[in-house]
Amino acid sequence: MDIFLLEAVLNGVMFGGLLALLALGLNLIFGVIDVVWICYAELVMCGMYTIYWLHAVYGVPFPLAAVAAILLVALLGVLLHRIIIEPILGSAPINQLLATGGLLFFLQSFATLLFTTDFRNVGIHLPSLELGDINLGYARILAFAVALVGAAALYLFLARTYLGTAIRAISQDREIMGLMGVDQRRIYLITSAIGGGLAGLAACLLVLQYDVHPFVGLSFGPITFMICVLGGLGNMIGGVIAAFIMAQIIAIGGYELSVEYSEVLAFLVFIVLIMVRPQGILGK
Amino acid sequence: MNRSWIIAGVGLAALALVPFVASPYVLHIAVQILIFGMIYTAWSFMGRFGLTSIGHGAFLGIGAYTTALLWNLYGVTPWIGIPAGMALSVLLALVIGYPCFHLKIVGHYFALVTLALGQVIALLVIAARDVTGGSLGMTPTQVGESIFAFQFPNRTHFYFIALALWLLVLGVWYWVAYGMRRAALDAIGEDETAAAAAGIDVMREKLRITVISAAITSLGGSVLTQYLMYLNPETVAGVGISLQIVFAAIAGGMYSALGPTVGALLTLTLTESLRILFGTHFIGAANTIYGILLILFIVFLPRGIMGLIEQFSLFRGTREKESRLPL
Repeated sequence: MDIFLLEAVLNGVMFGGLLALLALGLNLIFGVIDVVWICYAELVMCGMYTIYWLHAVYGVPFPLAAVAAILLVALLGVLLHRIIIEPILGSAPINQLLATGGLLFFLQSFATLLFTTDFRNVGIHLPSLELGDINLGYARILAFAVALVGAAALYLFLARTYLGTAIRAISQDREIMGLMGVDQRRIYLITSAIGGGLAGLAACLLVLQYDVHPFVGLSFGPITFMICVLGGLGNMIGGVIAAFIMAQIIAIGGYELSVEYSEVLAFLVFIVLIMVRPQGILGK
Repeated sequence: MNRSWIIAGVGLAALALVPFVASPYVLHIAVQILIFGMIYTAWSFMGRFGLTSIGHGAFLGIGAYTTALLWNLYGVTPWIGIPAGMALSVLLALVIGYPCFHLKIVGHYFALVTLALGQVIALLVIAARDVTGGSLGMTPTQVGESIFAFQFPNRTHFYFIALALWLLVLGVWYWVAYGMRRAALDAIGEDETAAAAAGIDVMREKLRITVISAAITSLGGSVLTQYLMYLNPETVAGVGISLQIVFAAIAGGMYSALGPTVGALLTLTLTESLRILFGTHFIGAANTIYGILLILFIVFLPRGIMGLIEQFSLFRGTREKESRLPL
């Protein structure tokens, strides 16, 4: 096997972990609240800027900056739900999607206003792991590992805790659960916080590999939505599988063709797959 | 009926006088308002019936790039390039629309499929940077005032072209809104299954409106490029412009003939006045305010400005035909 192709595949696996983490938060929000946060990647951008400012500018140690970013984005998630989603929870789902689209515009331009369009690097350069002729960046390995741990933790939380059970119950039948004494509003707020927190966690990992700028969300936002839809909106395991499929398409496509064509390919695969299986690859 | 004809006549006369009284700068904005008004109206053809596309940038991009590339590479006149772009857009609309409607992909899913479509076109433009100039954009080869090249550096000439096209699209709007099809499309927007049960050919109606919308958006993209003489993937394709189309149409009011144009008026005036107010000092200020306004509109005024105006005129007793809308 071509050694560079193998490297591309391995990098694809690592990238898949990161995409899976990104998709996880979005999927949770969709599964439970039935809302698509179209501004999800922009929340990640907020997390990336937080780390950049705290760590690179004010010299706060990275782990502390990372925790701060996760908490901040979780708070943003709660505010987003409380201020924008809650008033229109009863209207057509597409309106909620569009309202968060307004937030996307706002966050992008507000970031431009505050930080200009400069590309900013957090200034941490992790070395690479060399396996024979194959180079694997530690930043990617770390991202992959944390993404897997994050996914597992979320799974355990949803499967084993009381709160997790309530969240899953709400996602199955939102009317009945109110009658069973579950406070829907509280569950939605908690879910929004977790979804935001996952975006924050993704930000901690992304900032190690990519520069942050106001439009960084556009480079991975659309692909995240495609992954969620492919996995079946709201279906976490499907989302993880779809993330690895898409990451491989992009990685191998990027190796064989070019970066842009590989993404075109990924979106085309998405369009074809959604036509073949509109309910997602793991949907019923 | 008489009164509205008089209002329309006076309005039209006023619009025709704009080039003779407005400064070149105002005229420049007016031309853009007309072209974008036409594009936003095209989007609302689909949007008002529940087909929310957040990938209309795809059609805009196809129109713009087909025309510009045919002209630059092969010297093909835009008089052929523009219809060619429209034909390509229609083809794409059919290729995507048919399976989508066949499989009943609606709501979120439809929106996300169109989002992917917009991304595909934007990325293709960037990837083919050898011919399109990639993210840096490109300029159609300029030959000065020429009907053959569809280039009219004289703003007054272009204003009347834009005005004519805009009126044409408004005509299409009335044809859609007051024809028999409106009832069918409304029914589909409300409840697809029930509409099908009532004997409406859901697939056919949806495809028809999608094709009309795609063709006009493509036309708008071509004309916009011929006017600005510059195009790049961010301004005519991709997520940003696609969302901008949606928001302007909603803000103006997608259920009224003039709504999307009011949206164009609002957004362009806002952008320009903020630009004059802050200069280039606060890049992003305009869009920041824009973003907040959009959220407010969707939360408090989902029927847009024209929806609000119509609501008030209803209270005054001038019963508009639009009030028949079952919403």
